[in-house]
Amino acid sequence: MKEKAWRNDAEAKVTGRARYTDDLKLAGMLHAVPVYGDDVHAKIIAVDTEAAAKSRGVVRVVTARDVPGSNRGGQILKDVPILADDKIRYHGDVAAVVVAETRPQAVAAARRVRVRTEPLPKILDPDEALAPGAPLVHEEHGTNLIHRHVIRRGDVARGFSESAFVVDEEFRTPFVEHAYLEPEAALCHVREDGVVEVRGSMQHPYSTRRFVAEFLGLPLARVEIVGTPMGGGFGGKDDTAALVCARTALGAWLTGRPVKMTYDREWSMRESYKRHPYRMRYRMGVGADGLIRAVRCRIVADGGAYCSVSPWVTWRSTVQCCGPYVVPHVDGEVSSVYTNHVFTGAMRGFGSPQVNFAVEQLVEIAAEKAGLSGVEFRRRNMVRQGSTTVTGQVLEGHAVSMSEVLDRVLAASGYEEKLARSSRGRGEGDFYGLGLAMSYRGVSLGAEGTDVCAAVVSVQFDGSVLLETGVHENGQGAESVMILLLAEELGVDRGAIVYRRPSTSSVPDSGTTVASRATIMGGGAVSRAAAEVRLQMAGAVADDLGCRPEEIRFAGGRLTAPGGRSVGFAEAAQRLYRDQKYPYALGVFPAPHVDWDESRGQGRAYFTWVYGCQAVELTVGRRTGKIRLLNAWAAHDVGRAVNQASLLGQFYGGMAMGAGYGLFEQAAMERGRLRSLNYDTYRIPRSTDLPEMTAIVLENRDPLSPSGAKSIGEPANEIMAPAIANAYYHATGRRCFRLPIGGGK
Amino acid sequence: MRPAAPKTLTVNGRSVRLTAADRQKNLLVFLREDLDLTGAKRGCGIGVCGACTVLADNRPLRACRTRVADVVGRRLTTIEGLAAPDGSLHPLQQAFIDHGAIQCGYCTPGMVLTAHAFLLKHPEPTRQEARKAISANLCRCTGYQQIIDAILAAAPAYKKKE
Repeated sequence: MKEKAWRNDAEAKVTGRARYTDDLKLAGMLHAVPVYGDDVHAKIIAVDTEAAAKSRGVVRVVTARDVPGSNRGGQILKDVPILADDKIRYHGDVAAVVVAETRPQAVAAARRVRVRTEPLPKILDPDEALAPGAPLVHEEHGTNLIHRHVIRRGDVARGFSESAFVVDEEFRTPFVEHAYLEPEAALCHVREDGVVEVRGSMQHPYSTRRFVAEFLGLPLARVEIVGTPMGGGFGGKDDTAALVCARTALGAWLTGRPVKMTYDREWSMRESYKRHPYRMRYRMGVGADGLIRAVRCRIVADGGAYCSVSPWVTWRSTVQCCGPYVVPHVDGEVSSVYTNHVFTGAMRGFGSPQVNFAVEQLVEIAAEKAGLSGVEFRRRNMVRQGSTTVTGQVLEGHAVSMSEVLDRVLAASGYEEKLARSSRGRGEGDFYGLGLAMSYRGVSLGAEGTDVCAAVVSVQFDGSVLLETGVHENGQGAESVMILLLAEELGVDRGAIVYRRPSTSSVPDSGTTVASRATIMGGGAVSRAAAEVRLQMAGAVADDLGCRPEEIRFAGGRLTAPGGRSVGFAEAAQRLYRDQKYPYALGVFPAPHVDWDESRGQGRAYFTWVYGCQAVELTVGRRTGKIRLLNAWAAHDVGRAVNQASLLGQFYGGMAMGAGYGLFEQAAMERGRLRSLNYDTYRIPRSTDLPEMTAIVLENRDPLSPSGAKSIGEPANEIMAPAIANAYYHATGRRCFRLPIGGGK
Repeated sequence: MRPAAPKTLTVNGRSVRLTAADRQKNLLVFLREDLDLTGAKRGCGIGVCGACTVLADNRPLRACRTRVADVVGRRLTTIEGLAAPDGSLHPLQQAFIDHGAIQCGYCTPGMVLTAHAFLLKHPEPTRQEARKAISANLCRCTGYQQIIDAILAAAPAYKKKE
């Protein structure tokens, strides 16, 4: 066996000792449940709560009238009525919250709340929503267009006129559910110091704090979000989680008692935002030399009832709209649109899985027309060291390892030989095929917004170390990565470090743990804090060791001078304390420079990129159409592997989620109402749906990352579906322009 | 005359006396709320995801779809009862840790117990058998690969027990 895996929270989780939000109880605790109407788009006349309020065990029924602060929440546009007031805009809008002594009492009373409404015309098709005269989801917004990003590079007319042929295709993707195993939950109480303390299942504590504070009309300092183990997020525990926390906090605020709200799966799926469905119209012009000359794309994303982070999701789609290829002439538009569907927002991949599904098939279609293999076509067009991207960014300052990851996957999978054996819809028995896809992915938030992370390192008198960072443990092992990086920086055993679960009151706002940014941003902050602490400790003992502070090495739990004289780590800490100084530092890592011109969609979008390639081998039942995955390979340049087992877990987990996206996942809609409300009607991959997976880790240390590490959570997820689609084509001879592939059999 | 209905349940080796009201309760609620054994999780409430799995006489059971009355007199094992009384981990739990089989941890208790029941019966499984054994337990984080690694690694410990 390889080196044993390690996580700071593994033992608690494998013994059942880890306490998630719903596992916690407080004395005098009440239980809250949400109340939904049954409309998809309607004007609210009244929310009748009298009958419910008189029900057994009910302490309070909370509606929009009870909100002391602002009832509008949102990360970009504040367009979500946290408790519905003027209108119902989708089937998951919450009209009231019932707070009762027990959960069954709250559930029973919730049925007695009546939401009286006047129906309004539904808007369910994003294209229709943009037509002149369409009914508006948000009248005050003036249009159903949430946002439109453009990308204008070169002169597409010239590009198409220089092309030997043109490929025109349209691709569509469905609503997809995150399906984290733990549904939303929150536990709130008002402390004796007047602070509203919130625990909950979330991945963005700082955003949740803003939602709660504004909703209650409190300053940020009077709301404290306390980190709590959470059962998965995948981007999905951002807005909805914050809304659940805000409503629960209001219940606690109004009753003066602790309130817990735990969601049933049906409520979670009904209310929580999904991955955006995309309709993507692409036109690609290719020269006789097999080089892409021009791409025109028109992409429309169904944003559903609320803005959420649609402008950011679609921004990434814009930047990555041509895949990892050099294209001199580009004319792209990516629009997000309000409809009366469930709202859509962040999900692992964040706007890239959709465009990759299109582009990675488009290049193979073009390759075939050009008389080239898909691999050869990619080699001619893909980005290399020093290439200029479609947004005008020159790829430099890090290793552009596109061809390296491609070569590694080709070799590991035996690609050429297996491709030659692929059925292409011919032969006897089940169809057999192999396919691949590749991508580059901008790391962290890029020009989306402020990107900064903080860490606090505090060495105790006895040499033990407390670490806090603004990175949140979503289940991915972020805390363990932070501990391992700090252990290395301070030259101490990882066992000497305790990761103190951070609260929003002790670590400055570090943004959200999304965008695969935990390792690079949190790791950067840890490195900065550790460097400061090293300087402090070295300064205290340098004279004794007869050297300059910067010459002292930290390793093996000791501070060692060039000549070999050394002092123990704890002893050095004690020297500082005795000198009335603290071995303590706040490390801040602001993301390296990016810039963006929104009017043309040009700029240095991301400070660094991850390069990845994946291949899939499968069979398709000749009569049944059933797809069976046989093998999958993934190669990604992660910069540096910090925690090998967790890294592999991100590879496998990302590939599995991507396989579900490719094979059968779709949240079914019926006239605006979600039909997939639990795991019986929303299928996620089971162990037997998945093949053996091979992870190939490339490590070209990234100079812009203090730890050398980049990211993996999303890269592993974003190209599985197109790899399956290409394998499906090589097996059956049929292209899939819609997800799920082959109709989801 | 019929014999009196047994009024106890054994949970992790300890006998639990049941009232008539207890017997009408949902087993998952009873374990979590009354016994404070919160290792079994509620994931779907309809018996599909497996997060609430506990063992009754070493056979997996969906606690969310079971009434306490249905398991009266039987030997229940929850995740809290798998480690030795001195707290040292069961070899299967250690294997889950050593092979990186744990991410968010929400499916872990049910997954470990399902694997435990399987290995008690099949101490020399193939990789494919191990894969099939956990097919009724959903995990959204891991892709199952390292869970299967852990099950295979723990298998020899079950062989020795025989």
